[in-house]
Amino acid sequence: MSEEYPTMEGPVCPLPHIESDRVVMGHGSGGRMMADLIRSVFRPPLSNPVLEAENDAGVVQPTPPESLAISTDAHVVSPLFFRGGDIGKLAVCGTVNDVAMVGADPKYLTASFILEEGLAISTLQKVVASMQSSAEEAGVQVVAGDTKVVSHGEADGLYISTTGIGIPLTKNEIGGDQAQPGDVVILSGTMGDHGIAVLEARGDLGFETNVESDIAPLNHLVSVMLEASPGIHVLRDPTRGGVATALNEIARQSNVGVLIRESTLPLQPAVQAACEMLGFDPLYIANEGKLLAVVKREDAEKVLMAMRSTRYGEEAAIIGEITHEPRGRLLMETPLGSKRVVDTLSGEMLPRIC
Amino acid sequence: MKYLTEYRDADLVKKTLKKIEKTISRPWTLMEICGGQTHAIVKHGLDQLLPDEVELVHGPGCPVCVTPLELIDKAMAIASQPDVIFTSYGDMLRVPGSNGDLFSIRARGGDVRVVYSPLDALKIAQDNPDKEVVFFAIGFETTAPANVMSVLQAQNLGLENYSILVSHVRVPPAIRAILSSPSNRVQGFLAAGHVNAVMGYWEYEPIAEEFQVPMAVTGFEPLDIAQGILTCVESLEKGEYVVENAYRRAVTKAGNQTAQKIIKQVFQECDRKWRGIGVIPGSGWCLRPAFQEFDAEKRFDVESIQSEESPVCISGLILQGLKKPHECPAFGTKCTPDHPLGATMVSDEGACAAYYHYRSHLTRQGIESS
Repeated sequence: MSEEYPTMEGPVCPLPHIESDRVVMGHGSGGRMMADLIRSVFRPPLSNPVLEAENDAGVVQPTPPESLAISTDAHVVSPLFFRGGDIGKLAVCGTVNDVAMVGADPKYLTASFILEEGLAISTLQKVVASMQSSAEEAGVQVVAGDTKVVSHGEADGLYISTTGIGIPLTKNEIGGDQAQPGDVVILSGTMGDHGIAVLEARGDLGFETNVESDIAPLNHLVSVMLEASPGIHVLRDPTRGGVATALNEIARQSNVGVLIRESTLPLQPAVQAACEMLGFDPLYIANEGKLLAVVKREDAEKVLMAMRSTRYGEEAAIIGEITHEPRGRLLMETPLGSKRVVDTLSGEMLPRIC
Repeated sequence: MKYLTEYRDADLVKKTLKKIEKTISRPWTLMEICGGQTHAIVKHGLDQLLPDEVELVHGPGCPVCVTPLELIDKAMAIASQPDVIFTSYGDMLRVPGSNGDLFSIRARGGDVRVVYSPLDALKIAQDNPDKEVVFFAIGFETTAPANVMSVLQAQNLGLENYSILVSHVRVPPAIRAILSSPSNRVQGFLAAGHVNAVMGYWEYEPIAEEFQVPMAVTGFEPLDIAQGILTCVESLEKGEYVVENAYRRAVTKAGNQTAQKIIKQVFQECDRKWRGIGVIPGSGWCLRPAFQEFDAEKRFDVESIQSEESPVCISGLILQGLKKPHECPAFGTKCTPDHPLGATMVSDEGACAAYYHYRSHLTRQGIESS
């Protein structure tokens, strides 16, 4: 692209809107305003040679691997900013983590933005800067992107959809169907921080906490774990639906039972307090920087130690084990020694009346 | 989490369970009134740890479950109207009415919002003067003070766009109804501590004496519940038909008199239909004539709506303690939290949902093997 790009003058579809501080319909027109937006907002922070080539598709040259891990995720969150994160960080980490959960090293991301007319450009800049810092931490490049603008009222600020491509770090198969009776279940840290931080930012709690979202890229944690042991059978990030839903999925996919112990579950006191007051169960609250690992029993200590040596695994704990029965179900042993079923939620978690 | 961890202390709970075992000499059937207690009992697996002689039956104390079908249908009729913001506690949104639930109204464009308190609904009314804001005022005595407070504040503020759809129920008439039933099996009650925190327990003593059943005012943590059961069993073994307070940190005999005073100012006793059970005389509260302008049923002209229950659902028998959830042929098959036939499957406090979530692999196996 020429550096002497013309300044915004004259009619640009649908309305002239020079140097607007808000997103307008013209920013999605495919015309000069859009090019200007890309040039001023998206390119500087996300810059890399693939993106700079400005082609319809980014061309990357990885070492030819035998297989690729690909994941895609749409990110919508209200509000866009909350304690500990924002939609940009979420859009990068969410997809990076999905790719990492099959034991792959995420390399490239694509990002597609749906912007609501009227969105402050400064807001968009903050979000893109946040994406960049997360991408840098994760070691991924954003190699392709797209922007569309919809009328005011047709979206909630902005939505970001990202796709990630990664290269498998191990030849061993890692997946939800690989859990075996006798394996140990490890959780990388405290439950429910993200969900409670977002609820608070929404003003839905009715009281204040100091809980920060746990959003983080987990690919480095995963590579440390894979170095420590080849005996990792399942990795899963317990996002929406929380730890309970993720473990139920693993139980179903692997056709095994999962038994966890309530007293071993890592939980911040503030999250526990918020859940008690609202009638929520932290087992079902979303996380964005945590992973569950199902690991061969003899390697469990080794993996746990490796996890605890990393920033995002300091509070990792063994929370349970894989059993033969009851197949497809998650059980929890209470501190009293009794056992109960922990089921998947059927829909939205609803605050109880009293 | 001080004030909670102590009451979940496994050693203390086990010690109390041991005491129950030592005290008990014959089988007794106890009813925990409150759905919150049912939830806690099943969640912590307390029922698995009790001696065989104690049978717990689950009472009608889930406000979501006992709200009659026509009230839900009325709520849906109001929520469907344009220019209405319908507000409710979260778990009412999924309770099936005759034709869908409040979520389905929202999906069709109705403005249905979850609030944590009627005072939040009041704020919405202040912020939206061109809309009618309705709060679904359900619940036992526990939620009544906040609900009447919202009406009093609306009156003070001169808010003309706020009203409540009232379906309040009271515990003592329900206990009376259960004890008067010819098929009653309940020999002692765990009274609902949160209700007693508001109302005290002076209303319960005449019932205990008249029907010769002991009651223990009971809290909601595992240790509270174990203590409540122990207190009740001790009374039964001694043949004392008294009301004991096993939840002293929250409850006094007189209760919260300020709350009782404002409830009396705004509400009066009325007959109330309980879902699955039928009309229990004097078991409800409704707005006094002086507060009729805040009555959503009158404001939206939905008083004539009548509804019929699913013939399969046995939630009435469950709420009276005559059946257990897994004894229902539809339990876990035709009726699940995804497709509830009755309200006891909807709310977390409903006995069927509690069994489904926490015990379903056991009960399903039970059904398969029988």
